[in-house]
Amino acid sequence: MPVINQTLGQYSELFMLLAAGTYTVAFIAFAWDLAKSSKTLQSVDRKAAETAAAKFPVAIGAAGMSPNPTAADDGRPADAAVRPSSSNVAVGGTADGDMRYAVNQRVPARVAVALTVLGAVIHGAGVITRAFGAGRVPWGNMYEFLTTGAFAVIAVFLLALLRRDLRFLGTFITGLVIIMLVAASVAYWTPVGHLVPALQSYWLIIHVSIAVLSSALFTLTFAMSALQLVQARREKALASGGPDKPAFMRLIPSALSLENLSYRFNAIGFLGWTFTLIFGAIWAEKAWGRFWGWDTKEVWTFVIWVVYAGYLHARATRGWTGTRAAWLSIVGYLCVVFNFTIVNQFFNGLHSYSGL
Amino acid sequence: MAESSTMTAHQTKPGQPKSSTPVAEPALGVKGMLRWAWRQATSMRTALFLLLLLAVAAVPGSLFPQRPVNAAAVTRYLKDNPDTGRFLDSLQLFDVYASAWFSAIYLLLFISLIGCVVPRARAHYKAMRSRPPRTPRRLSRLPEYETMVLPSAAGVSALQAVTDAAAVLKKRGYRVDVRDTDEAMPSVGAERGFLKEAGNLVFHVSLIGVLVCVGIGGLFGYRGQKILIEGETFVNTLVGYDAFTPGTNFDPATLDPFAVTLDQFDVRFDRESTRQFGQPIDFTAALTTKEEPGAAGRQQILKVNEPVYFGETGIFLVGNGYAPIVTVKDGNGQTAFSGPVVSVPSDGVFTSSMTIKVPDAGPDQLGFVGFFLPSAIKNDQGVSYSFDPDPLNPQLNLNSYYGDLGLDSGQPQNVYVLDVKNLTQLNGRDLPAGGITLGPGATYTLPEGKGSISFDGLKRYIGVDIRATPGQGGVLVFSLLAVAGLVASLYISRRRVWVRTGTHPDGRTMVEYGLLARGEDHRLAGETEALRELFTKQWQLPATAGAPNTAQPAKDR
Repeated sequence: MPVINQTLGQYSELFMLLAAGTYTVAFIAFAWDLAKSSKTLQSVDRKAAETAAAKFPVAIGAAGMSPNPTAADDGRPADAAVRPSSSNVAVGGTADGDMRYAVNQRVPARVAVALTVLGAVIHGAGVITRAFGAGRVPWGNMYEFLTTGAFAVIAVFLLALLRRDLRFLGTFITGLVIIMLVAASVAYWTPVGHLVPALQSYWLIIHVSIAVLSSALFTLTFAMSALQLVQARREKALASGGPDKPAFMRLIPSALSLENLSYRFNAIGFLGWTFTLIFGAIWAEKAWGRFWGWDTKEVWTFVIWVVYAGYLHARATRGWTGTRAAWLSIVGYLCVVFNFTIVNQFFNGLHSYSGL
Repeated sequence: MAESSTMTAHQTKPGQPKSSTPVAEPALGVKGMLRWAWRQATSMRTALFLLLLLAVAAVPGSLFPQRPVNAAAVTRYLKDNPDTGRFLDSLQLFDVYASAWFSAIYLLLFISLIGCVVPRARAHYKAMRSRPPRTPRRLSRLPEYETMVLPSAAGVSALQAVTDAAAVLKKRGYRVDVRDTDEAMPSVGAERGFLKEAGNLVFHVSLIGVLVCVGIGGLFGYRGQKILIEGETFVNTLVGYDAFTPGTNFDPATLDPFAVTLDQFDVRFDRESTRQFGQPIDFTAALTTKEEPGAAGRQQILKVNEPVYFGETGIFLVGNGYAPIVTVKDGNGQTAFSGPVVSVPSDGVFTSSMTIKVPDAGPDQLGFVGFFLPSAIKNDQGVSYSFDPDPLNPQLNLNSYYGDLGLDSGQPQNVYVLDVKNLTQLNGRDLPAGGITLGPGATYTLPEGKGSISFDGLKRYIGVDIRATPGQGGVLVFSLLAVAGLVASLYISRRRVWVRTGTHPDGRTMVEYGLLARGEDHRLAGETEALRELFTKQWQLPATAGAPNTAQPAKDR
C-alpha cells in the first residue's frame, strides 16, 4: 500500500487553483481575440473576396467529377457537391479551410495561447503532485477525474494547436476547463487517499486514461460541431443574401472544414472509446466475473459508442452529412457528459466510485 | 462503414428482371415487393436508423432496476409502485436487454448488417481481382492533378516514361496496369488500399462474431454464488452452491470437480485518511485449492481484481462479512446448535443483521434475530451501534423467540429472515426480560428455562461468484479483430492514380498525373507530393521542374 503524502496533496490543490486562475486570464484573452480588432476582420474580408472569386466556381466543378462508375465516393461527404460550403473558402469566411496558421498574426490569440500553456504547466504540476501524493494514478474519484480530465482536455487542445489553428475554440475549451476545476474544488473536493480494492488494478491506468483522452477529443469535436451548426446557418443565410451574423463567425472556418476536421477527431475518439469498452470489459471480467452485465455505466458507455458509430455511418449516408451528423456528434458528447456527471453520482451501479 | 458507395451502387444496380409479359406481372409484383423490402432493410439509412434506435432502446435499462442485475431492486420497485410497476413490467422494462423489442432491434440491425456486408464483400472481391479502372479522358478534373515535362535531352520516350511511372507506383504499393502502349498517349492506371474495405468488412463480420460468442456464453455458461466461512470447503457440485443460475443448455456434468477451502480472510481498513477513514483498502483471501478431489492442495490468494481460475471457471471475490460463532442449548440442556452464523452487513461499519434458526431445539424450537456490531458503543438514547468496521468490541444484540419455526412444512424459507408469525417472543427491548447483549465468551440464559445462547468467537466469511462463460475468449478475439478492421478502414486510404504521357512535337515528353481518393482521405495532397518527388528522382529532373501546377482544382479537405 503506498504512503499517502498529504503535503503534496495540498500543493496539488494550490496548483489547481493557480491553474484555474491562469486559465481565466487566458479565457479573457481568447474572448478578446474573438471580439477582436476590426482591422484583422477587414483584411480577412479582402482576402476572402479575392480567393472566393478565384476558387469557388472551380471547386463546385471538381466535386461532382470522377472518372469511375462509382462516382459517389470521391473523398467527400456524400452530398458535398450540392452543399453551399463545398469549397475550401466559404463565402465571407476566413482564408484557410485547412485551419493552418495564417500569416497575419493575432496578438490577443498568441497571448491567450501562451497563458493557456502556462496554465497547463501549472495544471500538470498539480496532477503530478496529486499522483505522487497518493502514490498512484490520479484518477480514482470524481475530484481526480475532473482535475485530470480537464488537464487531458487542455493537453489535447494544445497538441491539436501544434498542427492546426483551432484558437477559435479557445474560449470554449478554457471556459469548460475552468468550470471543471471549480466544480472539482467546490463540489467534489476529496483529499488524497487510497483506492478502494475494486480500483486496485493496472486496468485502472489503461481503461480510465483512454476513456479520459477519448472524452477530451469528443470535447473538441463537440465545440467544432456546435460551431459548424452556427456556421452552416450563417452560410445558408449569406447564400440567400441575408445578413452576415454573428460577425465573429467570420474568424471561424467554413462549416465543411469544421465537419471534416471534427470527423477526423471523432474517428480517433471512436477508436479510443472502442478500446475503453474492450478494456473495461476485460477489467470487468477480472473484477466482477463477467465481461458485460449492463451495469448503468456499461449501458451508457455502450450508448455513447453506438451514437458515435451512428455518427460515422451518417457521414456516409446521403441526407445525413453536415448538420445531422453534427447533431449526432453533439448528442454523443452530451451522453459523455451525462455518463460522467449524472450516472457517476446518481445512478447506483458497480461503477460508483465518485468518492463522495 | 466509411463509405456508401457499394450500398448505393447496390441500390441502383441495373439488374431488374426485364419481363414484358403481362401474365407474369402479379408474381413479379410479390417478388418485386420482397426485393424492395430487402433493399430497404439493407440500406444505409435503415442501418443508421436501427443503430440510433438501439442507442435509445438501451437507455431505459439504466433508468429502471433490471432483474438480471438486481432482482431484489425490481421486487422492491414493484412493491413501492404497484400500478406503474405492473405497466412497466408488461413492457419488459425490468429486463430490457432480453426484451422482445430490444432483441428485435439488434436482430434487425444484424440482418441489415449481413445484407450490407455480403454484397459489399462480393463487390470487393471482384474489385480486387479486376484491373484498375480505365484512365479518365481529362485527368485535370481529378482532385489532385500535376504535370511534368521531361526535356528531350533526357531521352525518355513516352512509353518509357509510363513504364517508369508504373515501376515507381508498383514499388509504392500500387497495383498497376499499363495500357494504350501502342498509342500516342500511353497511360498507367494504379490503385492501392484494398485493405480499407477489407478492414471495413472484417469489422462488421467481427461484430457478428461477438454476438454469436455472447450467445454461446448465455447458452452453455453458468454462474453461482457461495458463501464460504473461514475453515469451510466448497466443492464444485450443484449441491455446493447457495444460488445457481445455469445457461439455457448448461449440462451439470461439465462442472469441474475442484475444491476450495478458505483458510483465512484479511481485511485492511484505511487508518490514514480523515475523509475516507475506515474505508476498506484491501481484501485478501488465503485459499487452499484442489483441481480435483484426490489432487494435492495448493495455496492461492484470492483478491478483488485477482480471481482464481480453474480452467474456464473463475472464482471472484464479491462480498464479505462476519460470522459470529454461537452455541445454543435448548430447554432440555442439549446443545441444539453450535457454529458460525453468517451475518449480513448493511453499512460501511459492518452493522450486520443476524438470524439464527434452531430447529433442533426441544421441547420448543428457538429463533433469534438482531444485530452483530463489530465495534459496539452506546449513543445518548442507550441504543448500541457500531463505530468501526474492525472487531474492536464485538457484540451480539438479539431478540429471541420460541415456537414452531415452520421449517418442517416443506415450504422453502429465506435463511436470513425469521418468520415470527407462529412464534412467541422471549427477549426484546420492550419485554421485561430485555434484549440479549453478548460479548465474546459470554453466555445468556433464556427466560422460562428455554435454554441458553453463548457467543464463542468470531470468524469472517467471503461471498464468491463462481462463473464459467464459454465463448468469452471468442468475444475478446472478435473484439480485437473488429478493432483491427476499424483501424484499417479508418486509416488506410484507397487511392487511384493515373499517369498519362505523350510526346510534344518539339521532342519533350509530357507527363500528367491525377489522383483520386475513395472515401475520406485528407492525405491525398501529401501522396501527390510524394509521387512528385519520386518521379522527379526517377527522371532526374531539377527539383523545380515538377513544381505543382498552380491551376489545379481546389483541394477539398
